[in-house]
Amino acid sequence: MTEPAIFQDIQKEINDRDVVLFMKGTANFPQCGFSGFVVQVLQSLDIEFADINVLESPELREGIKQFSGWPTIPQLYVKGEFIGGADIIKEMMQSGELKELFKA
Amino acid sequence: MAVEFDKLKKIIEDAFPDAVFRLEDMLGDADHYGLTITSSVFEGLNRVKRHQIVYKALGSLMGNELHALSIRAYTPQENQKKES
Repeated sequence: MTEPAIFQDIQKEINDRDVVLFMKGTANFPQCGFSGFVVQVLQSLDIEFADINVLESPELREGIKQFSGWPTIPQLYVKGEFIGGADIIKEMMQSGELKELFKA
Repeated sequence: MAVEFDKLKKIIEDAFPDAVFRLEDMLGDADHYGLTITSSVFEGLNRVKRHQIVYKALGSLMGNELHALSIRAYTPQENQKKES
């Protein structure tokens, strides 16, 4: 099976930048509470990140789910690695692991 | 988009026979659920892999009929630690 063309674009995004958040809406105007929550967490830790609005492209919206093997949005990538969705970010924030992750 | 509580509960029961879990309809709209689940199948797996196992059990429900399922997945050992 050949990979969807969108996979290349996604791979490029997560290679090019350290912290990438695939979300519904933008960091300034999140269009879903879960996406907005992750934006708030990253901002509270002073993390610079690229926000990518999956609502702008149906191809990306479906593609990112397949790419990550993860059926929901938001999705956070750090240094090319999939970290998780809103629940995982919440747990990692509460345990202090998230701070550690960005220290490295 | 909505999934009946009992239907969702049964899917989880069938997929994780050994699990102890609590399912909550968080907003009362059958569309935003919270699941805290403890099962030995999560042993040795990171959070992403644990959630993926739960998503897999739900098949195409997740992201389609079901808008939001907040997941906390523990192993029996972790759960004991948490409560002691």
